[in-house]
Amino acid sequence: MNKVTGEVDNNGFYGRFGGAYIPEMMYPNLKELENRYREITDSREFREEFTGLLRDYVGRPSPLYRAGRLSDYYNTNIFLKREDLNHTGAHKINNTVGQIILARHLGKKRIIAETGAGQHGVATATVCALTGTECVVYMGALDVARQQPNVERMKMLGATVVPVHSGNKTLKDATNEALRDWISNPCDTHYIIGSIVGPHPYPDIVTRFQSVISEEIKAQLEQHNGNPLPDAVIACVGGGSNAAGAFFHYLQHPEVELIAVEAAGHGVDSGESAATIALGRPGVLHGCLSVVMQDADGQITEPYSVSAGLDYPGIGPLFAHLHQKGRVNFQHATDREAMDAAFLLTQLEGIIPALESAHALAFLEKRKFTPDQTVVINLSGRGDKDMEAYLKYIKEHNGGKSHQ
Amino acid sequence: MNRLDALFKKKQKNILSLFFTAGYPDLQSTAEIIRAAEEAGADMIEAGMPFSDPVADGKTIQHSSEEALKNGINMNLYFEQVREGGKSIQQPVLFMGYFNQVLQYGPEKFCHACNDAGIDGFIIPDLPPDIFIREYRDIFHGAGLRSVFLITPDTTEERIHQLDDLATGFLYMVSSRSITGSRESFDASQEEYFKRVSSMNLKNPLIAGFGISNHATFATACQYAAGAIAGSGYIKALEKSRDIRVTTREFVTSLLSPEHI
Ligand SMILES: Cc1ncc(COP(=O)(O)O)c(C=O)c1O
Repeated sequence: MNKVTGEVDNNGFYGRFGGAYIPEMMYPNLKELENRYREITDSREFREEFTGLLRDYVGRPSPLYRAGRLSDYYNTNIFLKREDLNHTGAHKINNTVGQIILARHLGKKRIIAETGAGQHGVATATVCALTGTECVVYMGALDVARQQPNVERMKMLGATVVPVHSGNKTLKDATNEALRDWISNPCDTHYIIGSIVGPHPYPDIVTRFQSVISEEIKAQLEQHNGNPLPDAVIACVGGGSNAAGAFFHYLQHPEVELIAVEAAGHGVDSGESAATIALGRPGVLHGCLSVVMQDADGQITEPYSVSAGLDYPGIGPLFAHLHQKGRVNFQHATDREAMDAAFLLTQLEGIIPALESAHALAFLEKRKFTPDQTVVINLSGRGDKDMEAYLKYIKEHNGGKSHQ
Repeated sequence: MNRLDALFKKKQKNILSLFFTAGYPDLQSTAEIIRAAEEAGADMIEAGMPFSDPVADGKTIQHSSEEALKNGINMNLYFEQVREGGKSIQQPVLFMGYFNQVLQYGPEKFCHACNDAGIDGFIIPDLPPDIFIREYRDIFHGAGLRSVFLITPDTTEERIHQLDDLATGFLYMVSSRSITGSRESFDASQEEYFKRVSSMNLKNPLIAGFGISNHATFATACQYAAGAIAGSGYIKALEKSRDIRVTTREFVTSLLSPEHI
């Protein structure tokens, strides 16, 4: 296998993917960011503040928990990386903490963000409240309607939530609108993008901030097992930020299998799916060349998943590259498989996962790991935000399966 | 001769370019709009191929793009319609669209189709110069298509010179830090920027765009540039139009003559 790293090259590409396919209006903003982010985020001052906040404010390191009953059920060794225990309930905050400090170093006074499920919006509104920074969150009008609790949280945190009515009124359209805002407000505004997507250098910035996840897994697993390397790491992938974080420090260990689980919606061939790698082709969306779901003419098609955080027609260019190189094994899980996995975890471990994370758990049904193997699953978020979807599922399926 | 070259040879001042979205207001409007623009006295025509995710565009063009896609416009139809409308006119016709459409169509095939449809040049705002140089310049320029690059109030002088070296059609002088959309007038800092760029001795003509929607904005832009592009303003007029020819004539007249301010 080719040796691959998670590093971006000098032109902003991962192999053939990535780059900054942006209109000239966005060039000064991005150039400034590109010129300065390494120097800022590598500085001692930045590192100290970032690690300090991750520790005292976010609650890192997040535990690596050996899920005993789940391990027994599948007759293997399963560890859960508990990103669900972070402040605000998901991995998204790792990135927003890093980016708000970056924004201050860049002298930016106003923050914009896009959000789908509202997790990234809440994480952004949170760090803006923490630092007293103006915050505007773009959210598709459809998502505003179906994710009311998170909308209220963002508002309570002092953010302005702008419903986006263009396109299909979901995450893709919210991202378009955030990019438009950034074009129109180049001087005072920093755009905190929520995943490892968008033009260079965003994928690299977000990957770096999230890579703390695998850095911790390595140390924690060493303590548990006397070996930092598991047999496999499994993560769900929408844009790819939690997966990139969980995989990053394992990329150079080919003996560790890296498994990314996409959302298949009603099934990859159902026409209602968000499995980008399974269904997409190389193309340009939101400023980078990656794999995107599109029609023959290059019009971006609408994805579908019950999980709003995975409901995105693209994927980070790093993952397009890792897929092409064969370093990451891409799989997918349907709405239904994810739902079942969520109920199983809840009943066996007393942990209600985010619907996104449940897609990673669903892979355990598809592959039999052996009793001597160690598997790490990145539990990217908690399920509070998904209660409505879970309750609806219980109603429709007589209480879910019982696994007592 | 390339019609864009011919235009700049013949005219260096007050060039009016009209931008419209192909497939809007009706699927079959394209050819009619091109002919109406010629008849009304436009000097150049930019036929926009709508994209599902137009990040550089404001509400008006977002809306026309969405409607046009719903109407059923696609790349093959676009080229057919532009060929039909543009074949017998003197005015240059330019492709304007987003890069993913070109990439999916296939850059070589795209150039072929442009040649075939009589398209003289292209504006692809999200194809940045460095990638253009590395991967596409030879293909596009080799096909005789004229390239246009955007500059903005924040583009450095050094970069403007680089873009000027690269462009073979004109430089698209974006009037402000913004997405497309019309406005009533330009402020002092915008005029300052027009003036600064116009005194740079560039090899390409400057054509101003974004926010040109009436005589005041057109005339101000033309004080400093070779001409200006009206897009959103024209599309808004088409939105309410009952007769494309009449609407186009009225719109062009309102830009060119002061009594319509
Ligand atoms: C809990 C959780 N997991 C995963 C995701 C998907 O994003 P990514 O693929 O960038 O990790 C989201 C996005 O909202 C999320 O909230």
